Amino acid sequence: MSSVGPASNVPKPIAGPSSYLDDRLGAGNFLKRNLRKVFPDHWSFLLGEIALYSFIVLLLTGTFLTFFFKPSMEHVIYNGSYDGLKGVGMSAAYASTLEISFDVRGGLLMRQMHHWAALLFVAGMMVHALRVFFTGAYRKPRELNWLIGVLMLTLALLEGLTGYSLPDDLLSGAGLRITEGVAISLPLIGTWLTFFLFGGEYPGEDVISRFYSLHILLIPGILLALISAHMILMWVQKHTQMPGKGRTNTNVVGAPFYPAFMAKAGAYFMFTFGVIALLGTFGQINPIWLFGPYTPADISAGSQPDYYMGFLEGALRMMPAWEINIWGFTLPLSVLIPALVPMGIIMTGLALYPFVEQWVTGDRREHHVADRPRNNPHRTAIGISAITFYGLLWILGANDEISWTFQISLNWTTYIGRVLIFVAPVVAYIVTYRVCLGLQRSDAAVIGHGVESGVIKRLPHGEYIEVHVPPAEDIEAHIRGKEPIPVIPGADTEPGGIPPKGLRGPIGRLKAKLSKAYGGEKIPLDDGHGGHAHGDAGEHTAVGASEDKSLTH
Amino acid sequence: MTDNNHDIEQPDERVPKRVVGTPSPAASATLLGAKETAGGVDVPGVNLQDEKTAKKGEKIAALCFTITLLSGIAFIVSYVAFQVHGVESAGISNVALGGSLTLALLSLASGLVVWVRMIMPKYTLVQERHLMASDGGTRSYVGETFLQGAAESGITKRPLLRRTLLAAAAPLGLAPLVLLRDLGPSYADFPEKLRHTVWGEKTKEGKNRRLVVEGTGAPIRAADFNSPGGILSVVPEGYEHDLNALAKAVLILIKFRPEELKSGTNLNWTHDGIVAYSKICTHVGCPAALYEQTTHHILCPCHQSTFDAADGAKVVFGPAARPLPQLPIAVDNEGYLVATGDFAVPVGPSFWERGDAEAEVREKGGHA
Ligand code: HEM
Ligand code: FES
Repeated sequence: MSSVGPASNVPKPIAGPSSYLDDRLGAGNFLKRNLRKVFPDHWSFLLGEIALYSFIVLLLTGTFLTFFFKPSMEHVIYNGSYDGLKGVGMSAAYASTLEISFDVRGGLLMRQMHHWAALLFVAGMMVHALRVFFTGAYRKPRELNWLIGVLMLTLALLEGLTGYSLPDDLLSGAGLRITEGVAISLPLIGTWLTFFLFGGEYPGEDVISRFYSLHILLIPGILLALISAHMILMWVQKHTQMPGKGRTNTNVVGAPFYPAFMAKAGAYFMFTFGVIALLGTFGQINPIWLFGPYTPADISAGSQPDYYMGFLEGALRMMPAWEINIWGFTLPLSVLIPALVPMGIIMTGLALYPFVEQWVTGDRREHHVADRPRNNPHRTAIGISAITFYGLLWILGANDEISWTFQISLNWTTYIGRVLIFVAPVVAYIVTYRVCLGLQRSDAAVIGHGVESGVIKRLPHGEYIEVHVPPAEDIEAHIRGKEPIPVIPGADTEPGGIPPKGLRGPIGRLKAKLSKAYGGEKIPLDDGHGGHAHGDAGEHTAVGASEDKSLTH
Repeated sequence: MTDNNHDIEQPDERVPKRVVGTPSPAASATLLGAKETAGGVDVPGVNLQDEKTAKKGEKIAALCFTITLLSGIAFIVSYVAFQVHGVESAGISNVALGGSLTLALLSLASGLVVWVRMIMPKYTLVQERHLMASDGGTRSYVGETFLQGAAESGITKRPLLRRTLLAAAAPLGLAPLVLLRDLGPSYADFPEKLRHTVWGEKTKEGKNRRLVVEGTGAPIRAADFNSPGGILSVVPEGYEHDLNALAKAVLILIKFRPEELKSGTNLNWTHDGIVAYSKICTHVGCPAALYEQTTHHILCPCHQSTFDAADGAKVVFGPAARPLPQLPIAVDNEGYLVATGDFAVPVGPSFWERGDAEAEVREKGGHA
């Protein structure tokens, strides 16, 4: 848009304003570099965008809700148009949520869209994070963006928790009560924390208005800042790309930002928005009028939190009773362990993974070509094992429904669950590891022997064989994107030999062991005879090899 | 994760002189002009659609945009046409508004997709990527400049300046924390509050407080609550709607046959087989609201802690670690159930300062 010279044939209505802006901002220099910025294409790169667009929908619908919602616990007598609760005493917050639902045009739609968007927002973040994890896209130089992501996920859970509590119905109150019960169980600071949060004893008169300012100002503000940082870093570092023909660690192959990526992103935003609108229209969610106003004395049967809190619920249910009293103080471990440990394992594990992997592999290079999950079997196995752990807790958060549906005794779902939580992740790890190696082997077979052509040939001595043909070039390039996982030099020093400096002592020896197990090439693609499957493969192999060298400096 | 539908057109040269897609300095003036967008010009990585596809795409996209236009109008019309006042009308309005909005957004999305897929070229542009790190020269320049600036400012040479500045920042940094003090109540003996409920207070007339039925507020005549297996949710008289009081004082009242009660239950605190337990679960505080008559089990719906109501509400299953505290009850001279005192131990979830309150009571010879 800059330096629109007289010879240019940019139409005047565009040329005028753009030179006005460029004269003042010099925006042309920026646009010159960025208008045609190349974005690689893969379906899995769109997962993060679901989260981004859901967040925008949350901002829009949430702002609408703030115009009508009254964040107050003042006691009022309901006198709106929902007959079922006329004349019932309740908090102003609950009454205003009823008003939004039944007396404001579009209010119910906005409420339901807001809630659905919240679910989609967290789901989008989770699958996006999994994509990044399994393709190793968190590796240098993208560790900081990974950390920002983990922080956003944590904040989103908090944001959901505060939002869920706002309508002050019986269901949201149960969630709040559990939050309080967990907070007060914390050693040393528990009572202080809850009395400060609730402005006194539970439930008090303050918590809704406090959660309100957290929910509509503080946490969204921080999220907005983090999302911006996330986007800027992504823009500066450029997107990773899947391995494939012509794609290297030093280029980006794809479509330009303007016009293709821009239009696609717009379409995708509208699509997300439209799906949320569809869910908000036809998918009834959180029908607070059916639950009634909150009272600490009652609970609606089958209370369930939103799904992203389900794993905490499951953990709380699985934990056996355990409480310790020492020197007049109480450690309610049956609350502390399930509330803190699974969340701690998952969030800390996520945050530390890139750094632990770097420590184990000694790999300090930049990575811009994503891994195929099978090509780093230990990482993939760890990821699936973590998903199993999380998913199991999540399912067990609904063990009453499982017990009811399958007619198993409730107690048995718990006993079985307690065992599975430890066993299933291990099994998942082993199975995944094997599957990855199996897939690598079939990749090696494709490179080594070609793909089945469907043509059957009869050999002179009567045997039938299927003719194998070389794989298509793009498939081969995709497979050949595999790189051995680095191992710290000297990690395979023989026992009795002298290991290099960093690998001595107990920690050093552990590091060497881990490095050897985690890294290396388990199933080489060219098993001595690969690359000869077809005539022109030679060239590609050569290119691939030279690239590999340039990466292992 | 296979990704095999990318037919990448590599430019002939492995290392193109000019990275395709980024303008050469000289050509920048014509970036938006004829060069790439005008049909026919052969730019590597930009494969134009053939005109027939594009024409078809234009028609489909235009149809989509028209649907969006119409549904947008339908949205506005629905807003005006459907008033809301109660469940039914809100439902109708919701479907009209939501349906038209959904249609508008989804067909806009479809139109855009058709535009990208059928009208815009297929792109496989290649752009170079550089290491993130700045080169060594730049780094050392920045490092030197930083040190030079620090030296010029005097912060390194003048410790007095530095130390007083740091010291000055400390109280200011603490100020926001200090300001948070009044988030909490003015008293600081929080745990003490958790040890008492309104059952321990006499009424204004100095009498024991009556148990009343949650919801109706009716006092309970012991003689009328006489069918074994009967259960009531009970709140303190005078605090029927005080949520802060209820959060600790709500009870579950159960009528037993006298022979059903076991040693865990303090018989002195019962009246004619009627026992009162705190309804607040000792796990994290949900109301333990479910009761199974045949087994005498009280079940908390939150995490399924199960208490044996016949045996002092001791835990028989689940994560709760302590029994539901029992409230001492009796009848007043009119035959209504009253509390004769507070719970002997704190009700509800455990907290750090709680200690083994049950053991303390037992030590004093009491019954928890
Ligand atoms: C960023 C992530 C956000 C999440 C995960 C989230 C989640 C939620 C949830 C689950 C509810 C309960 C909805 C219901 O009634 O069913 C809620 C309510 C609410 N949210 Fe949000 N929200 C987010 C952002 C926002 C923003 C940015 C605003 C305002 C600017 C906002 C304003 C509100 C208001 C006013 C309510 C209460 C109204 C009602 O429940 O009817 N939210 N939120
Ligand atoms: S609150 Fe009752 S079992 Fe958790």
